[in-house]
Amino acid sequence: MHQEFRTSSGGFIDRSKEISFIFNGKKYYGHRGDTLASALLANGIHLIGRSFKYHRPRGIFAAGVEDANGKVQLYKDNITEPNVNVTEVELVEGLRIESQNCWPSVGFDIGGINNFFSRFFPAGFYYKTFMWPKSFWYYVYEPFIRKAAGMGKAPLDPDPDRYEHQYEHCDILVVGSGPSGIASALSAAKNGARVILAEDKSRFGGSLLTDNVTIGNKNGDEWVEDSIAELESMPNVTVRKRSQVFGYYDHNMLVMFERCKDHLKNPAPYTPRQRLWYIRAKHVIISTGSIERPLIFANNDRPGIMLANSAREYLKVYGVLPGKNPIVFTNNDTAYETAIEFKAKGINTTILDTRKSSNAGVVQEAKNLGIEIKFNHGIANTSGYKKVNSATIGELNNTKDGYKNLQTLPCDSIFVSGNWTPTVHLASQSGNKLKYEVETDTFLPHQSRQKETVIGSANGSFTLKESLADGFKKGFQISDEITKNSKELSVPISDEKDFRLHDKFWCMPLPNNKNYKRFVDFQNDVAVSDIQLAVREGFRSIEHVKRYTTLGMATDQGKTSNLNGLQLVSDLEKKIVPEVGHTTFRPPYTSVTIGTLIGREVGKNYQATRKSPMHEWHEKNNAVFVDAGLWLRPRYYNRGEETLDEASKREALNVRQNVGICDVSSLGKIDIKGKNSAEFLNRVYTNAFLKLPIGKARYGVMLREDGMVFDDGTTTRISENHFHMTTTTAQATNVLSHLEYYLQVVWPELDVNVVSTTEQWAGMAIAGPNSRALLKKLFPHDDVSNEGLPFMGFKEFKFKNITARVFRISFSGELAFEVNVMSDYGEEMWNEIMVLGEDLGIQPYGTEALSTLRIEMGHVAGSEIDGRTIAYDLSLEGMLSQKKDFIGKRSLTRKAFAEKDREKIVGVVPLDKKTSIPEGSYLVENAKASFPNPKLGHVSASCWSVEYDNPFSLAIIKDGKNRKGEKLFAVSPLKNIVIPVVIISQHYVDPEGKRVRS
Amino acid sequence: MLEIKCPYCGNRSQNEFAYGGDATVKRPELNSMISDQEWDEFVYYRKNPRGNHLELWHHVSGCRQWFKVFRNTATHEIIQTMEMKENP
Repeated sequence: MHQEFRTSSGGFIDRSKEISFIFNGKKYYGHRGDTLASALLANGIHLIGRSFKYHRPRGIFAAGVEDANGKVQLYKDNITEPNVNVTEVELVEGLRIESQNCWPSVGFDIGGINNFFSRFFPAGFYYKTFMWPKSFWYYVYEPFIRKAAGMGKAPLDPDPDRYEHQYEHCDILVVGSGPSGIASALSAAKNGARVILAEDKSRFGGSLLTDNVTIGNKNGDEWVEDSIAELESMPNVTVRKRSQVFGYYDHNMLVMFERCKDHLKNPAPYTPRQRLWYIRAKHVIISTGSIERPLIFANNDRPGIMLANSAREYLKVYGVLPGKNPIVFTNNDTAYETAIEFKAKGINTTILDTRKSSNAGVVQEAKNLGIEIKFNHGIANTSGYKKVNSATIGELNNTKDGYKNLQTLPCDSIFVSGNWTPTVHLASQSGNKLKYEVETDTFLPHQSRQKETVIGSANGSFTLKESLADGFKKGFQISDEITKNSKELSVPISDEKDFRLHDKFWCMPLPNNKNYKRFVDFQNDVAVSDIQLAVREGFRSIEHVKRYTTLGMATDQGKTSNLNGLQLVSDLEKKIVPEVGHTTFRPPYTSVTIGTLIGREVGKNYQATRKSPMHEWHEKNNAVFVDAGLWLRPRYYNRGEETLDEASKREALNVRQNVGICDVSSLGKIDIKGKNSAEFLNRVYTNAFLKLPIGKARYGVMLREDGMVFDDGTTTRISENHFHMTTTTAQATNVLSHLEYYLQVVWPELDVNVVSTTEQWAGMAIAGPNSRALLKKLFPHDDVSNEGLPFMGFKEFKFKNITARVFRISFSGELAFEVNVMSDYGEEMWNEIMVLGEDLGIQPYGTEALSTLRIEMGHVAGSEIDGRTIAYDLSLEGMLSQKKDFIGKRSLTRKAFAEKDREKIVGVVPLDKKTSIPEGSYLVENAKASFPNPKLGHVSASCWSVEYDNPFSLAIIKDGKNRKGEKLFAVSPLKNIVIPVVIISQHYVDPEGKRVRS
Repeated sequence: MLEIKCPYCGNRSQNEFAYGGDATVKRPELNSMISDQEWDEFVYYRKNPRGNHLELWHHVSGCRQWFKVFRNTATHEIIQTMEMKENP
């Protein structure tokens, strides 16, 4: 199909294949090798979207990541992505794009009315306008601003694509594949260094793709092709295109995303869409080049106005003419090259140069070609609503603050150049202190904090000769420090055109008494008048000006606007730019999709899942699982139509009446060995452990040094110097770190070793009045009587050929045993218990029944040991040894810990014996008191008591010790209920503890 | 992300480690008379220096050893890492 603005030859695109795409409902064609931007321009489309604040028509302004206007909504295969930059998307079959931020269409946008009211939207208008009344913010202003300043539409469906993460180490990371980047990569690689070369575009070469130069005896682009082929053939080199290094972090850690899939016609299954690389480099060579700086003039934002070098890139790389009747507007020599290239395609341009003259070779060349040059001229204004159609130009007066005469020059495009801005973002992120160089008006890297070297035009070397020499030299020097191979390459001879210094003049005066907008930052719609206003209103720090005006904010990060903004502030304050300073460069350099940052850690891979050795049995037996940290634990076992409440009541009641079995493998288990083990435990626990007899378990409580209860559990003495500690599921890893800290840091003289054995043991609790009978069947040759295995006793028994550790401990308050076998035998043991227990009425029980049983008994767990309670609060003060010191003991003398009316754990029953009290409810004396109603405490855990068949809760309340029998109210503002309750003992069932000892 | 040289395992990324605070803090002896101020200093008060700091790190996703790191808190430069018994 005819592409009106495509040249008949040239460029790096594949002209043999046409690819269709849809823009705002209409079908167009481009070629393989195009970006969406170049394909749109080939069809003469400049108007892409509407601007952020004023809804002004905007077009493609650049050819790379610096373009701030070309944001669209992208659709492909029923997937949509907002805020995609048309300059960064490669054309493939099946793309559909739509303009954003306009309604009903990009051609006629109602929001464009903002443009006519623009005097109501000055800098800081958010802060000034939408202040009152406060309630309007939520219902009127915020929704309105969101819609009016709309970016694209976020997709509603989950992202179907895969993203991967990769970790890589190298000697030298080279960022950017322009002349200096390739030179340094070649030089370092030949000297034996492990090199990664990263290029963000889909083609290597940078400026060599567009510049008319020779290196050695080759054209620039041939030298690129040969050099890249050579690098790719070397085993010590990784070469990546479509790879944007976007962040530079501490210790030379850089992050890069690689686009792996979107450009492929038929991607293989499982191809990740993008890959995030974490690269740790011994040294980083930053050869990121430079970005052309725009000029500022009235209505400089119309579609058809773009950077001069970008226009040349569209012509040379894509064979696209962004205009057939262009004006080239410049303050320097480099834009002449654009005019020369267009002339070669038969396109005549008019060059407007703000300088009085230039004797550079390239200017002479343009003159010789007969290109019209108007020196000392500026653009005073432009016209054309959806695309520029003429410019008002004039000769500048002597003070350059007005024009001597004005005339109108028809055009279909304006290519602007305000000289070059080195891309120093990565160096600055790394901590490099930048220095302003007045001669070139650039911020250049100066003092590096990390191991990084900036070369090429990113370092202010604007000629090819300098860049190549620098690249070869630095590549060798840096690699030689690492490899010591001393293999240095010679620098090839190069030939390039002659460019000279620019004019220090960027902001054109307005024509007589006119108030046109002159834009500095296109993405955020910041004009010269906004910056003037900010300075007039007293904002001095450049960081404040940035935030007040939004200059250089958002995804663009001021790639084209920063220096022009700084120059304006400097001029207004009659300072020089280095005195104003610059704003901070922060990662990411370009937008990164959230999917890439997350990688594979989505869905079930979000966290690791820990499963008990009996997990498959639970699955087969209709267990409904619950997350307990990383563990999946059976919450209850479903039978028929039962609800959670019904099932857990059945399971709990069965423990009280018959016997139940519960998987407790997730409890933390720590093996402790060494001759000082008993002494160590005696310091770690609040109660005595020195004289714990062999073959006995003891309940213990640990504190933090600040006196708060840290964890509880039982620890068993297996032999003189060997202990088995259990912790709660939640604190298992923290307790291990805690023990290691005291052993390695505080008391290294103790001879003790600790190791986690949580996953080595399968644990099952057998609880209920029939549990001894069951144990007798399981170990018929062993003595499991009350004398043979008394409460808190421990024995090792043999089951077939399996060694089982049997502890007589109880969390449920019933006669109970805990059996541990090596994990591999867990399921076998569990099955055996289920078979032998069948006629004793055995049923498995889950965490819900487990909670019911422990709450009824008044045992504390994680909801009470919440890091804010001391032993007294939990009625564990009897566990505090008076005779010995232990971790956290000294804190217990704090005044607040000794107050008489401290909070204490109690039991709570609703007066109606029917209404369950929501966990987290407050307890108050007067339910009708006005706010703030004094809170006495909170309900920490609730259950349905199977012993009494009514609700029962635990609560921690002020002066709980003296409140037994008091009638209070449990209030839950969340559920909007008030429940009259009575305070009773926390020990609701078997307060004397007879059952566990039976 | 920092790169930390575990004295036992070598260079590893920060995400294998847990930070453990000021390494110069010494726990008062057990069974000794400790003033309120002394105890408060130990439990609660920590300096927050800009510059060199001797600190504890724990190789939690590795060898599980606690060790010392001498680090500049402003530049994140790690000057030295060492076993617990050593000093910079």
